[in-house]
Amino acid sequence: MKGSEALLKALEREGVEVIFGHPGGAIMPVYDALYDSPIRHILVRHEQGGVHAATAYARASGRVGVVMTTSGPGALNLVTGLADAYMDSTPVVAITGNVPRALIGSDAFQEADVTGVTMPITKHNYLVQDVNDIPRVVREAFHIASTGRPGPVLIDLPKDVQLSEFTGTFEVELDLPGYKPTTKGHPKQIERALEALEKAEKPILMVGGGAQHAHGELLAFAEKTGIPVITTLMGLGAFPGHHPLWLGMPGMHGTVAANRAIHHADLILAIGLRFDDRVTGKVSRFAPHAHTVIHVDIDPAEIGKLVRTHVPIVGDARLVLREMLKGAKPLRLASWWRELEDWRTRYPLRWKPRPHLQAPEVIRAFAEATGGHAIVTTGVGQHQMFAAQYFPVTRPRSFITSGGLGTMGVGLPFAIGAKVARPEELVIDFDGDGSFQMTLQELATVVKYGLDVKVVILNNGYLGMVRQWQDLFHAKRYSEVYLADSNPDFARLAEAYGIKGVRVERKEDLMKGVEAVLSADGPVVAEFKVYHEEGVFPMIPAGGAAEDMILEHPEEREEVEA
Amino acid sequence: MRHVISVLVQDHPRVLNRITGLFARRGFNLESLAVGTTHVPGLSRISLVVSGDDHTLEQVEKQLNRLIEVLKVTDHSEPHVERELALVKVHVAGVEERLAVKDIQEAFRARVVDVAQKSLILELTGDSKKIDSFLEALRPYGILEVMRTGAVAMSRGERTLKVREKREAV
Repeated sequence: MKGSEALLKALEREGVEVIFGHPGGAIMPVYDALYDSPIRHILVRHEQGGVHAATAYARASGRVGVVMTTSGPGALNLVTGLADAYMDSTPVVAITGNVPRALIGSDAFQEADVTGVTMPITKHNYLVQDVNDIPRVVREAFHIASTGRPGPVLIDLPKDVQLSEFTGTFEVELDLPGYKPTTKGHPKQIERALEALEKAEKPILMVGGGAQHAHGELLAFAEKTGIPVITTLMGLGAFPGHHPLWLGMPGMHGTVAANRAIHHADLILAIGLRFDDRVTGKVSRFAPHAHTVIHVDIDPAEIGKLVRTHVPIVGDARLVLREMLKGAKPLRLASWWRELEDWRTRYPLRWKPRPHLQAPEVIRAFAEATGGHAIVTTGVGQHQMFAAQYFPVTRPRSFITSGGLGTMGVGLPFAIGAKVARPEELVIDFDGDGSFQMTLQELATVVKYGLDVKVVILNNGYLGMVRQWQDLFHAKRYSEVYLADSNPDFARLAEAYGIKGVRVERKEDLMKGVEAVLSADGPVVAEFKVYHEEGVFPMIPAGGAAEDMILEHPEEREEVEA
Repeated sequence: MRHVISVLVQDHPRVLNRITGLFARRGFNLESLAVGTTHVPGLSRISLVVSGDDHTLEQVEKQLNRLIEVLKVTDHSEPHVERELALVKVHVAGVEERLAVKDIQEAFRARVVDVAQKSLILELTGDSKKIDSFLEALRPYGILEVMRTGAVAMSRGERTLKVREKREAV
């Protein structure tokens, strides 16, 4: 058996069913072995598409996503996607070919120091020097990627190692003396947290992406205590978006109710989140009345990193919540809820109606037509925030977006990965005209595998989020954000790939358009031409605090807000 | 505040790269770094000198602990022994200067490890402050070259940074 075959066998033993990838010279022995392997391979058109697809596969399925590329340029094309997976704590294993060992360091053809380059954006990485190490390295890589705080792990495999004769064993034991994640929360701290919670008058529960797998426990805990729940962008779906205890998303484009709740809270129970600056705004002004912050996270380095924590609980969200549930009591929060209810009814999410077709109404129309029953992926920009605001995510692992890195172009490859992971689900990619054009070549992947994904492009002819900032903070000096003069006809572009194209330009055609997308038997690319100067509101300007929230465009304000 | 931190690591390729990369990337100020093997095959010990407030130091420790190949991290805030080795090549023009340098050498209990016509190499071990003073004393004679290892440290008494030699599987 060759090293290349040993690699595939080791992957099979990890339960890998699908690899996203793109072949090339330095990984050819593995692709040759793949010819006879039961593992399915999805050929992408660009390695970045492959790593994003593997990321979404992991996020949608809860399993490890796998991507494979050749050396040098192929491997370097993974950089953005690995950084994205790292920032959003996603378990991905990347396998890259490298030049033969004897050529490493010689600036050989298609050589790059890939382990060096990816060191800061992977949880761990390996350069395999001995063919017999392959099973151990694969075992470790999957263990590291999927346990503790999940993250991407890269395995770099020189070509001659792939071609060497394997004489080792697959029966390997994990020996990682420096890696022992704490999963069970400390009982004393859990007790302290429960005591503090009972005394709190205005507590809130903030939930991040680290609680996606703890949705059942979360629901039970919230319902038992009656505590208001706020989910971050990464936490959307961890708690049902139609539940009466849910206040929405916090932060820059969060709801008034969520942000005011944080501002007035006396206790914050934060689970599986890392207090991103898009959530906190200026940290020194974040939650000024919270005299108790309880932070549950599996990564000890996150606790106290940005926000002062009074009760640190290192552990897995699910196990900690399970323990907390045992001692949890119904909290007396009637007056707190009256305040929250007031904010919620006075300041619901809303958009200013216009004669033009508008992005929020397109998203709301899809939400209503599907009953919220879809896996949504997004690109990055205004459309992403509109999707987060107006598509109520009811189930976990159903809103797949780039949170930490804010990677434009992830929408389509994310949709591909999600569809491969959960083929029975309706998958909708809400994308922007700017974002979509960063990876649109993956339409070929959609065609090749007949993946039934619905791409909904909210085309405002601008890099909308940048335009919004220029509008508000740069005196409308719209520097290099106009796209409409050079955008393609997206519907015809889709047709060039053999995909159904839909175009909707007028408000009155909205429902017809939604119907055309959802009833299509197979993939669709639908372009909805939306109002070009729409802004995402509410908004807390970067570095601001909850008190600085803007509810609508200053020039369009009709009433003075309290 | 200045802290000396000991880190026990698996001596895999690139592990130093991971540690220095971490300091660069997170904006921690690394003043010195000294590495050597231990009595346990496969394990190396690193001494780091870092400056920062309590919050920074807490993050330094936590981020180091996140590295897969890091087994243990200790901040030597307790009584500990700290040493640094320096090699100093000093210019000696004539007999008079040679005698003066010899006085300094004796005062600091340094050793002469190389003698040439117009220079000496002196070896000194001590904490970093002692080495600083030694260099100050030699400066008037013309220091030609200095090589310092950076501080190494070990806790006094019973406290150790050991791991079991036979490791259990996870």
